[in-house]
Amino acid sequence: MIVATELGLLYAVMALGVYVTFRILDFPDLTVDGSFTSGGATAAVLLVNNVNPFLATAAGFGVGCIAGVITGLLHTKGHINGLLAGILTQIGLYSINLRIMGGANVPLLRTSTLMTPLREAKLLGTWSSAALFGAVALVVLAIIVWFLHTDLGLAMQATGENEVMARSFGISTDRQKILGLALSNGLVGLAGAIVSQYQGFADISMGIGLIVAGLASVIIGQAIFGSRNILNAAIAVVLGSVLYRLAIQVAMDVGLDPNDMKLMSALLVVLALVLPQWSVVRRISGLRSAYRGAGPQGALTADEYIDDVDDLEIAAKAKGE
Amino acid sequence: MLTLSNISQSFYRGTVNEKHALRKVSIEIAEGEFVTVIGSNGAGKSTLLNVVAGKLHPDSGTVTIEGRDVTRLSDHDRASMIGRVFQDPRAGTAPEMTIEENLAIAYTRGKARGLRRGVTKQRRDLFAAELATLEQGLESRLKTRVATLSGGQRQALSLLMATFSEPKILLLDEHTAALDPQRAALVVRLTRELVERHRPTTLMVTHNMEQALELGDRLIMMHDGEIVVDVSGERKARATVADLLSAFEEVRGAELSDRTLLG
Repeated sequence: MIVATELGLLYAVMALGVYVTFRILDFPDLTVDGSFTSGGATAAVLLVNNVNPFLATAAGFGVGCIAGVITGLLHTKGHINGLLAGILTQIGLYSINLRIMGGANVPLLRTSTLMTPLREAKLLGTWSSAALFGAVALVVLAIIVWFLHTDLGLAMQATGENEVMARSFGISTDRQKILGLALSNGLVGLAGAIVSQYQGFADISMGIGLIVAGLASVIIGQAIFGSRNILNAAIAVVLGSVLYRLAIQVAMDVGLDPNDMKLMSALLVVLALVLPQWSVVRRISGLRSAYRGAGPQGALTADEYIDDVDDLEIAAKAKGE
Repeated sequence: MLTLSNISQSFYRGTVNEKHALRKVSIEIAEGEFVTVIGSNGAGKSTLLNVVAGKLHPDSGTVTIEGRDVTRLSDHDRASMIGRVFQDPRAGTAPEMTIEENLAIAYTRGKARGLRRGVTKQRRDLFAAELATLEQGLESRLKTRVATLSGGQRQALSLLMATFSEPKILLLDEHTAALDPQRAALVVRLTRELVERHRPTTLMVTHNMEQALELGDRLIMMHDGEIVVDVSGERKARATVADLLSAFEEVRGAELSDRTLLG
């Protein structure tokens, strides 16, 4: 229970990153699976080489940012479909992560990390450490909420909501997407760095399927706790992340095979996306739909430039007859 | 001052569907002039607006705003000079953001957007004062999500957002076409008021001939990618819908006789 809460709060940093791309930019970003491992791997290798744990963790953020920028450039400048751009970066990162670690994993057993003081004080796995991780998640949450209310953050929100409108007010939507992807993957890399220190190793497979965990946190959290405004939505994401880990804990406790967990996670997300569309469920549970009304987005097609109705011709014809 | 010279724009080039939306169009619009644009199906009105906005880059010709050649500038780079209102009331605003947040985005048009708070007390007061001029009671609903507003209210807000940061040029693309007559009349009234107040150089595309005559100080009619009628001043003031229709028939008739001759 406590461990699941701890994990939920640590992974909440990742989920907040997913929130920025998935909800704010309306961009399902699959880079996450790769950038999480990159953050963890970078921090672990630096820690083994006796770099200050805070610096090593910050480096995890930095590496994540770079991964996000790459996906952003592929999508905006290379005109590659967003999902594909994320997959390409993710696959490329797999090799890069192996290079960073010089192998499939890096153990941190006798290395001094951010978790060492907690471990020595025997605080890990207690409510004290959970409270500490909660505080970290809250700081990240506060920064995101603050950022999204700045001029720059509003421009990013507008980019995700209505590109036509954003561009008409001088917002470079390409730049906003790249920035958002960098911020998002930076947070994911940061989470990877923290998690690798928590679990005592970085591993090439630590990011696999993570996007589903991130989406589950965002979607389930917002379905239950709402998304009335940015603050509400971000809090819901953190709570969603904790709930997701608790659900997994419960599933394991009732005897589910750990190998089935990814399937369970995928099904959970499918349910959370599909159920709110059924009016019966909506009436019974009052669940909020995971869908937002989409604004008119994307580029206009050539057909839309060519005028539609033809009053003049109709009027002229009427007069002639 | 807005100058278009020899603008040509075609779609589906090199295919059987090739469509010449603009054929060597040239026009000079004085600073503060309000031009209404009418024309038939596929006449090139929207294309003209999109070329000015930078949404489309013409095959040939140049667009100059106050002496500066902007032909190759992207739409968002030009947006510091250009305000736009679209036909679809949903197109000009961000639905899930609040009224004040939408206004903050409009307010920072052409300015560097940094890490300063988007909606400050000072800005909020300004927004409320501007909204009050619309007389829609929106000034007391600053924190309302725009998605909850009616089409007319959204279009009124779009109009305010497009004008109050005082762009040099205002582009209105059939911005009343999607509204019922009552709300269209409201938006027309607001258009007149806001244009009079801020005096941008305005291009308004409309399908409503009465509207085209009622608003603005110059009227152009387009047909098949060309400007075929261009009236201003006294002549425009005296023109009637019947005049426009006969002018249109003349143009079409000429085209018809050309075809007959060729045949």
